[in-house]
Amino acid sequence: MEAVTVPEVERRSDSDALLEVTDLRTRFALRGSFFDRLRGRAAGSVKAVDGVSFSLRRGEVLGVVGESGSGKTTLGRTLLGLAAATGGSIKFEGREITGLSEGGFRPLRRKLQIVFQDPHASLNPAMTIGESVGHPLRIHGAVRTREEAETRVVGALERVGLAPAKQYMVKYPTDLSGGQKQRAVLARAIILGPDILIADEPVSMLDMSVRAKILELMIDLKRELNLTYVYITHDLATAKFFCDRIAIMYLGKIVEIGPAKEIYADPKHPYTISLLRAIPEPDPTRAVPRDLPRGEVPDAVTPPLGCSFHPRCPRAFEVCGWETRDLRTLLEARWTRMPEPEYRAEREIIGSLESLDEPGMSAALEPASGHTSREVLEIIHRLRADAPDDPFWKGVAEVAERGGAVAIRFHDGIEPRDVESGHSQLQCHLYDPEALAAAEAVRGERRSDDGGSPDRGIPN
Amino acid sequence: MSDVVLDARDLRAWYGTERDPVRAVDGVSFQIHSGETLGLVGESGCGKSTLGRTVLGLLPEGAATSGEIRYLDRNLLAASPKEMRSLRGPDLGLIFQEPMTRLDPLMTIEHHFMETLKAHEPDAPEREKRTRSLEALGAMGIPPTRFKQYPHEFSGGMRQRIMIALALVLNPKCLVADEPTTALDVIVEGQILGILADLRRNFDTALLLITHNLGIVAEACDRVAVMYAGRIVEQGGARDVFAEPAHPYTRALLDSIISLGTTDLRYIPGAPPSLIDPPPACRFHPRCSRAMQVCATKFPIEVSVDEGHVAECWLHGPKDEVPEGGERRLDRAEIAVAEEA
Repeated sequence: MEAVTVPEVERRSDSDALLEVTDLRTRFALRGSFFDRLRGRAAGSVKAVDGVSFSLRRGEVLGVVGESGSGKTTLGRTLLGLAAATGGSIKFEGREITGLSEGGFRPLRRKLQIVFQDPHASLNPAMTIGESVGHPLRIHGAVRTREEAETRVVGALERVGLAPAKQYMVKYPTDLSGGQKQRAVLARAIILGPDILIADEPVSMLDMSVRAKILELMIDLKRELNLTYVYITHDLATAKFFCDRIAIMYLGKIVEIGPAKEIYADPKHPYTISLLRAIPEPDPTRAVPRDLPRGEVPDAVTPPLGCSFHPRCPRAFEVCGWETRDLRTLLEARWTRMPEPEYRAEREIIGSLESLDEPGMSAALEPASGHTSREVLEIIHRLRADAPDDPFWKGVAEVAERGGAVAIRFHDGIEPRDVESGHSQLQCHLYDPEALAAAEAVRGERRSDDGGSPDRGIPN
Repeated sequence: MSDVVLDARDLRAWYGTERDPVRAVDGVSFQIHSGETLGLVGESGCGKSTLGRTVLGLLPEGAATSGEIRYLDRNLLAASPKEMRSLRGPDLGLIFQEPMTRLDPLMTIEHHFMETLKAHEPDAPEREKRTRSLEALGAMGIPPTRFKQYPHEFSGGMRQRIMIALALVLNPKCLVADEPTTALDVIVEGQILGILADLRRNFDTALLLITHNLGIVAEACDRVAVMYAGRIVEQGGARDVFAEPAHPYTRALLDSIISLGTTDLRYIPGAPPSLIDPPPACRFHPRCSRAMQVCATKFPIEVSVDEGHVAECWLHGPKDEVPEGGERRLDRAEIAVAEEA
């Protein structure tokens, strides 16, 4: 496991890049409740895109892959100026495009186009296909005469396979099937001759039997028109077909980015591995039980401490950012498996769980009135005895009765940083020598505390 | 083999239109045993959802049905709306595609469960209702500590699991799940599929799983029925059908799946036909790469290709029914994008 960190500056500079994104951030402010505002309390924000950097060369296809809530759609929208960047930079052909006014951005939209997931919602039901596809020409004043516009529309429609074009121009979106609508949307996207096409889940809403057709069309268009794609998807199987590079996003960050071949042949980040494993295989003889990560993408308003993926990660260890909320998750998972009377018995012993909702490196579990901290401690011991190999316990530095409560202290978490491994870059402590050394040091301390008990905490 | 829970025979469901009727389900027969999962697959517009709705008695007014759906000892098609209402829930459960829209945003999860149990089992004591609700939720991985929360406090995957728990709390003998994972992310989809797989191991529920994704069928189903233009064109054990698809449509569906192992992109030309006026004889023949003369002239007969594996395709005979020269290749016109789905 060779891993080297690289200085921030020299790694990112790529002068041939058509699009250069550096430390891009997009935040959405939360409204908060009326009372919060009365009290002058800030409602906080969602970090939808949280420090994303990549560059895109002309003719390249970059796949941006992640689950709902990973920020991949916001990233696409930010690149197009449809969502305002709150930090960082986007350079298109060397020119900074963040912070441009709507009027300033408009000429750029000839060069940057987007295709959305739902072809039906993307076409105005009151406009004919011809009007919809020709609409960008009018908005941008790209043609002088009606005839010229029509020639361009016919050309675009035929290019996407809607031929004879005259027959489709007069139709309305409802007359078309899903695949045909997506073709029309693609025709509209290419009519201005863009350089970059951002495709946000272009085939996810389509039937299995049509997906391949639209993907094939996109590959043809790319070749014929020398397009550069950002292909946003949750599906690594379709991305495999035409992406040169893959960026895996999780909670606003790119957790792994590298050549597509390497990502598929040798995925490194545990999240990438999970995404690959989750794809259903159309072969009942090979349908082995897949150990999927527990839970779902957490709330981006209050992301987990340390590495965002640590609560779901099967290989998380000491320094990944264990915290109070992980204890609550573990307790709840235990209670979920229990018969109701046993759950009630345990639940009655522990007082409020709300103290665990505040992210922190130490938790104090107070007993409910009429119970003692000893009883709470016993529950924690049982919790550990039930699942001693849960990665959570690697993160626990100390469990002790203190001041009538059970105090649980976690090891200090480290924020993941970019490290390189092979031709990929990733944010994972498993590949960061410093994080591994920090974990080793923590384990050393624990060994001396325990008087040399056997060590279980080796990652990998 | 265990008991047959659901037995559909020559089932038809037609919708009236201004012109001729839409023959969405046009003579299908299938059985589901207790503890068994039957996957129903096909493209959009082949009548899968209508079939599911027919079983549950949820067709819109004006739809006509014929044939028979035997559920235990009664015919569901002959049941009155009132009878069907009392059967839905405790006997026939359902899970829909969009968990977001199926839970009442103003009701807590506890309220949802209590309401459901109160409607169907008014005499059950409060305490028992609660225990059963928590058990059902627990089996779906929803912690008891979240019983009193509102739907918006849960993620999409959790809401779908709550929906499944809500269907299971009444211990239905038969469950219809219509595209239960389509709106979900891959990992959550995998989790739900795991739950459905547990379901057939731990409960005796007969599950009809409707999906357009054959990958899901491979993971979660014992048997599979492939539907095309209102007909079940192939039916058999999931392993057999995947290993040796008998019908060219099944083969084409399998080929169009994009999985990690896919090496080239393949698709089915054209689109499913109109169900008002489907092609004569075999309905798939205009799109079929192996179509013969007979396919365009004579309706195919169901043949058994293997034990428990049937198909409606002239490629498998019966030979003595094929007219003279019927096995010659059918010349077809190229299918244009105009016909695309």
